[in-house]
Amino acid sequence: MKQFVIPELGENIQSATIVKVLIKPGDIVQQDQSVLELETDKATIEVPSDVSGKVVEVKVNEGDQVEIGQLVFTVDADGAAATAPEEKKEAQPAPVVEAAAPAETPVPATSEAPAPAPVIEEQVAAPAPVVNTPVAGPKVIAVENQPPILQNAAPAAPSVRRLAREIGVDVNQVKGTGPGGRILLDDVKLHSKLMHQQRNEAQHIRAEQHQQPLPDFSKYGDVETIAMSNIRQKTAEHLSHAWHTIPHVTQFDKADITQLEEFRKSYAKTAEKFGVKLTVTAILVKIISSAMKTFPQFNASVDMQNKTIVYKKYFNIGIAVDTEFGLIVPVIKNADRMNIIEISKEINALAEKARNKKVGVADLQGGCFTITNLGGIGGTSFTPIVNSPEVAILGVSKGSIEPVYINGKFEPRLMLPLSLSYDHRIIDGADGIRFLRWVIEALENPMKLIIEG
Amino acid sequence: MSKNIVVIGGGPGGYAAAFYASDLGMNVTLVDMEKNPGGVCLYRGCIPSKALLHVAKLINESKEAKSWGIDFGEPKIDLDKLRSYKDKVVRKLTGGLGLLSKQRNINYVQGRASFVSSNAIEVKKEDGSTEQISFDKAIIATGSVIATIPSLQIESKRLLNSTSALNLPAIPKSLLVVGGGYIGLELGSVYAALGSQVSVVEFMDRLLPGADQDLVSHLQKRLSKAFDKIMLQSKVVEIKEEGEELVVKIENKDKQIEEHRYDYVLMSIGRKPQTAGLGLENTKVKVNERGWIVADKSLKTDDDSIYAIGDIVGEPMLAHKASHEARVAVDAISGKKAAFEPLAIPAVVFTDPEIAWAGITENQATERGIKFETAKFPWAASGRATTLDRSDGVTKIIVDPDTERVLGIGISGPGAGELIAEATLAIEMGATIKDLALTIHPHPTLSETVMEAAELFYGHSSHLYKPNKN
Repeated sequence: MKQFVIPELGENIQSATIVKVLIKPGDIVQQDQSVLELETDKATIEVPSDVSGKVVEVKVNEGDQVEIGQLVFTVDADGAAATAPEEKKEAQPAPVVEAAAPAETPVPATSEAPAPAPVIEEQVAAPAPVVNTPVAGPKVIAVENQPPILQNAAPAAPSVRRLAREIGVDVNQVKGTGPGGRILLDDVKLHSKLMHQQRNEAQHIRAEQHQQPLPDFSKYGDVETIAMSNIRQKTAEHLSHAWHTIPHVTQFDKADITQLEEFRKSYAKTAEKFGVKLTVTAILVKIISSAMKTFPQFNASVDMQNKTIVYKKYFNIGIAVDTEFGLIVPVIKNADRMNIIEISKEINALAEKARNKKVGVADLQGGCFTITNLGGIGGTSFTPIVNSPEVAILGVSKGSIEPVYINGKFEPRLMLPLSLSYDHRIIDGADGIRFLRWVIEALENPMKLIIEG
Repeated sequence: MSKNIVVIGGGPGGYAAAFYASDLGMNVTLVDMEKNPGGVCLYRGCIPSKALLHVAKLINESKEAKSWGIDFGEPKIDLDKLRSYKDKVVRKLTGGLGLLSKQRNINYVQGRASFVSSNAIEVKKEDGSTEQISFDKAIIATGSVIATIPSLQIESKRLLNSTSALNLPAIPKSLLVVGGGYIGLELGSVYAALGSQVSVVEFMDRLLPGADQDLVSHLQKRLSKAFDKIMLQSKVVEIKEEGEELVVKIENKDKQIEEHRYDYVLMSIGRKPQTAGLGLENTKVKVNERGWIVADKSLKTDDDSIYAIGDIVGEPMLAHKASHEARVAVDAISGKKAAFEPLAIPAVVFTDPEIAWAGITENQATERGIKFETAKFPWAASGRATTLDRSDGVTKIIVDPDTERVLGIGISGPGAGELIAEATLAIEMGATIKDLALTIHPHPTLSETVMEAAELFYGHSSHLYKPNKN
């Protein structure tokens, strides 16, 4: 047990008044941490502790007159080691001024729930005065002299705020580029410009969707008009947006999966024991999550408004699923931490959910990359549309036996056509094919996964 | 086509609105019960109290001068002359406002206005005649009235309120100030300097509730010498007049009833809005349960043609808030997108030492769970404060530790009211504490304490050694 007493405070100072006691029983005190605010004839002083440990008892109160050498509190010195030092009491979480992270759900969803729009709590200047009116006795009107606006208000000068208001910009939405996030006049102007651009783009998209009026088809024969399902609407809007905003490039190549297919067949029984079917899609999920570690620009999103690229440190792979209700993209979360059996199980579970219309919004959110496998139906290649705000998508077509020239002669090999579409804003062509080659090599030589993945 | 504007109430909100509207080319009528604009602030508030506090400061400093080797002797106080000095200040300023009003061709009408509809008022003049005035837009700026406790409101010339206290009826031998807010403490300080034995009774556990305790403590220490008694957590339960005295029963913090006798009692428990008699029932204006008129960010009420500014729309009831709102309301009327959304409204208590703050207080930050750090510079380390023999001050900056943005500043010490202007600008500009540390402040002045507090945040003020926190 150690004691903390009022230390020497300076020449001719015998006593002081306690303004604030900064510790309470149970707190962990570190040496040199401020524990008291004292006021002497000369000044207000913050007094640092010369002991460390867990506070057992505090012997003084705010307002007390104390003398040099007087006992203030006792600490249990062993208590310090047991518990990590606590943060100062001020270290409470600050209210967040910025909006929630950009909504991530533009994936078509079965649920009605739209993506949560970023909400900024508006701090209104309307006074919320504090008046203490005890029922009996003197009325005391507390001097609550500050409006409650400060809490969430953006750091911008009055002139900047005025301009923002006049040109219809919510200053709290503007990203400040000044020190401490201060919003400058130019930030407001840039924000306004971007708002207009986005509005124009949105109008453009709408214009495209509405296009020209449709002709009267009934002139030519019977027609039936059916309202779009919710999924169809969302798919249409989402894909139009992706198509319009992302400059797409699609890269084609083929993987020789002869060996892989042999292995898949020979392993089928083992897989069955685990209750799954080993599919190319499951293997691709594993390969893609490894490839994204080597090529982080494929696990990113573009923020043109703030001129930033967001790199994700998690590896969630979406798989386009064709259901009778329409296209949905459930997401395999943290695919990099699963083996292929686990991935297969997860795919089965999600596919089952999807077909039973039981997929929740959470199952469709948070994707980093999408795989769309149409090979089961056919096709030699296609150009998938990137599932914005992701930046790449891998399309898989139907594998077929092709003659491949190997060691001086043609050999029949099972070739799998792959189509990689990517966002050319942040992925260069050379990286596009490097990524696809990496995937193909991993398919052709699974050792690569073990060595590099 | 210019708009017809009626402004009701000629205080710092009303005359600012009237003058600005006129400057923007509107036809303005300003209605007030006094001969000239000015309102409570100029006639019965800020201005006369500051004139008297200036005198109080002079008296106190002349006493302190003894310890510097200068003895002026006991002051002789000519109360009539002092009163007429104060009245002269008021006349000069209100007369000036009257002139400014005339120069702008504002139709100044003396009388009491009430709405007859959403587009007209009726003014009842002193001679009993009435006049109807129609308007496109009206601004209500009728301010607040002195709050009272009916059970303690006895008929006696010895029971003062802030208005009658400013008229200096006498220098009481003993004076009880009911309410430890800024009005009571300022007026109490005046009477204490003039020679009264002043006591204060306050319901809360501290003087100036709302201000941070570390700012108030310097004042409290000084007042505990200047005043006879400061009774906290206490309340007056009865006041009776007996002969030449008022007998006051006070319930102290131990719930015991004490009886004290005073020459005079000053009730200063605050101010409240009053909308009765304004004829709001003839409009769509709404009043909330606390009596304040409800207005939006542009100060427009629920009636599209009526705006309201100043005390009548709520706390803080401060002249400078009202004048700022006046500009917002007039801007809005003129078609601009205007909103009242200050980041800081400075508050100043003109006691000795003065206490001033702007932005967020430490109390508020703690209550609201806002993450903050403080940097405090004690004036004992200020050269300028030492030359004034006034080391009893502190400058405190409240900072967001993540962005280092200045969230609030509190100052206690002589001249704090002037120093807070820099703080207010810093907060409004979204300044970081580094900006304050890197701005050259003139030496030797008290304003340096702002810079040095900012330097302390980084652990290296020249004039205060603080071992590194880590």
